[in-house]
Amino acid sequence: MSDLDFTTRFPTGVVADERKGYEGYIVDADKLVEFATALRDEFGFDYLSSVTGVDYINEGKLEVVYHAYKTTGGAGLVFKTQVDREAAEVPSLYNIYPGADFQEREAWDLMGIKFTGHPDLRRILLWEGFEGHPLRKDWKEPYFEEDVKPFKSRWPEGDFHRAEDKNPYGANVQYPDKFDPEKWQPEGEDALYGSLAKYQTTDESGLVTDHITVNLGPQHPSTHGVFRIAAKLNGETIVNLKPVMGYLHRNHEKIGERNTYLQNMPFTDRLDYLSSMSNNFGYALAVEKLLKVEVPERAEYLRVIMAELTRIQNHLFAIGMFLNDLGAFFTPSLYAIEERELILDIFEMVSGSRMMCNYFRFGGVVRDLPEGALEKIKGLVLDRLPRKVDEMDRFLSENEILRSRTVGQGYLSAEDAIKYSAAGPMLRASGIPYDIRRADPYSIYDRFDFDVAVRYNGDIYDRYYIRLDEVRQSLRILEQAIKDIPEGEILSGKPQYTVRVPAGESYGRVEGPKGELGFYIVSDGKANPYRYHVRAPSFINLTAFGPMCVGLKVADVVAVLGSIDIVLGETDR
Amino acid sequence: MYGKGLIKGLGVTLKRFVNTYLDDLKWAGKRYYTQEGLAHRSSKDANGIFTVQYPEEKLPVPEEFRYVPFLVYDELEDGTHHNRCTACGICSKVCPPQCIWIERATDPKTGRPKQEPAAFSIDLDICMNCGLCAEYCPFDSIKMDHDYEIAGYGRTVHHLDELLKPASYYDEIRPLNSAREAAIRKEKEEAKAAKAAARAARAAKK
Repeated sequence: MSDLDFTTRFPTGVVADERKGYEGYIVDADKLVEFATALRDEFGFDYLSSVTGVDYINEGKLEVVYHAYKTTGGAGLVFKTQVDREAAEVPSLYNIYPGADFQEREAWDLMGIKFTGHPDLRRILLWEGFEGHPLRKDWKEPYFEEDVKPFKSRWPEGDFHRAEDKNPYGANVQYPDKFDPEKWQPEGEDALYGSLAKYQTTDESGLVTDHITVNLGPQHPSTHGVFRIAAKLNGETIVNLKPVMGYLHRNHEKIGERNTYLQNMPFTDRLDYLSSMSNNFGYALAVEKLLKVEVPERAEYLRVIMAELTRIQNHLFAIGMFLNDLGAFFTPSLYAIEERELILDIFEMVSGSRMMCNYFRFGGVVRDLPEGALEKIKGLVLDRLPRKVDEMDRFLSENEILRSRTVGQGYLSAEDAIKYSAAGPMLRASGIPYDIRRADPYSIYDRFDFDVAVRYNGDIYDRYYIRLDEVRQSLRILEQAIKDIPEGEILSGKPQYTVRVPAGESYGRVEGPKGELGFYIVSDGKANPYRYHVRAPSFINLTAFGPMCVGLKVADVVAVLGSIDIVLGETDR
Repeated sequence: MYGKGLIKGLGVTLKRFVNTYLDDLKWAGKRYYTQEGLAHRSSKDANGIFTVQYPEEKLPVPEEFRYVPFLVYDELEDGTHHNRCTACGICSKVCPPQCIWIERATDPKTGRPKQEPAAFSIDLDICMNCGLCAEYCPFDSIKMDHDYEIAGYGRTVHHLDELLKPASYYDEIRPLNSAREAAIRKEKEEAKAAKAAARAARAAKK
């Protein structure tokens, strides 16, 4: 990387990360803003993909890890900042990369890293009264048993009990000093509503109008789960809007750090539960990078086939549900679900489960295609799906009601899409042809002939239509993959339930159906990951949700949310 | 013309509506409640109504389908049951939600551990149906069941007596897997026997 001459540009404060198995640069906290500005403006890394923290408790340090990319493609850049654990303060990159907004809030919430200069640093996944920062290594959850799995109580003297009987909820809950749960009065959500800023407007005639706050959700059918939108309205027009999430939070990452590497695989299914094969893919890539194993040819093809089928069924489902949000109640979505059902039949045949596939292993996949599966896939890809996609197109794309609800609404410009770290169809519908399968190819995607779907208007309609484009491109990839799939091994080496992962860090990312899905893993050479972080596209795509909705009507908010296509299992993790 | 798109879309709906009845007529009453009808409705040529009239109709599950784990026992010729499980503990170690509890049996005379479980419990409320236990069991003992109708009113924990199912049941639900595993077992046993015979022959020579 000769063009990345950071040491000349920054003689002090920036050093290469020389720990074994690590890469990138370590930047001093006081140089961070300057460094990031130069990175964006001089070196062309305009897209901040991931922000997260790692708690190096033995060294008494917290490390903030940033992954930046160029939207013109190519490999990324990792840079880190280390701060003292006890006084963890890092300048916020909100002003340089607004896409850091939610991610910095998440790092504050779960890690306790204070980002100075962040305009709205509140907890994001946990509730306001939560004590402590759970991803710190010294934090223990209720029902805590041991630091890492497998737990010793299970074998050979497995005396069956339930964790909650042995360690009741109250016994391991940490309360703040002088806190009395009996007398506690919740603070309310002044912080949230305060962050929406209170306005009053006066029109020409001198009429003073107060803005009102309206909550959509958490129990609202349009939110696809338990998700809340706090909106400030002027009449029926949105003045400001903040998503509130975390109702489904289960601290996936802490669970992941207790698990062994293999045990995480079925847990990744539960992130974006509509596209578990893709989640498996991302996680397998991240661990394989550390393990440095080769994946056999046939397994690579199987992976691509499964990932593309996942994309098709996810996009069909997304379109169906989006139409539901627009008010076309269930006819389009059931048409889409029919096709999805046939794809899920294949998943069930191959992996044993329709949605929680758990199909990938490090160095391959778990089993070969059973008899008849390839014929089924061929039948769908070559015959049925192209027909049905065209039917969907005919059915919806020119519908005047759909068009009047979506064309020109919920606009996201190309600059904003990059700025807010939007990924996947959202980024591409705004005119940025950025697809990781092409921009930074993984697996065997460099062999296939396909176009990166891109649309230029950045409105809801384009975000709807680009999904049909992508399904068509996925069908193209599938056609080539099922034609070329070779015979052979499906797993390199013997199946192993404990893997020795060398110490180091890795970031594996795939183009999931919803956008860039990344897994950041730090290994300390033990059987369990030291740090396991998920860059969840559903979560980060919501950063742009507020700005996109300003000026729209309440009913359009639902359409905009539907066009982002979130899954709460992934948003809340 | 304004409304053209709407009419086009409604045309799609109408076509689907008509197709439903056409398909019914074509199958002349055999479309529902028959295996062929069910197979047709979940094939790529399916047209019209997709839904399965559960519980009157049930989709056949594929061989690899996994629900909850169970233990396999062999029925020996003398009528006794032999539990394949040796209480090695691999399943309980690999289990992601740690829902498997195994108590290894000990010989009452010597106090040494025996290769069989004294107690085996699986907390099915915690089980995440991932199938890793079955995948890594070296003795083909723990397997994933096909019976998905186990809903109950309380919490579901299966102990040894509920977990054990005969090998014939396993052969029935997973014929291909079971045949493959049996072949591998046989091969291993033959190799072992050959080795033992060779060793015996060597010992005899000495």
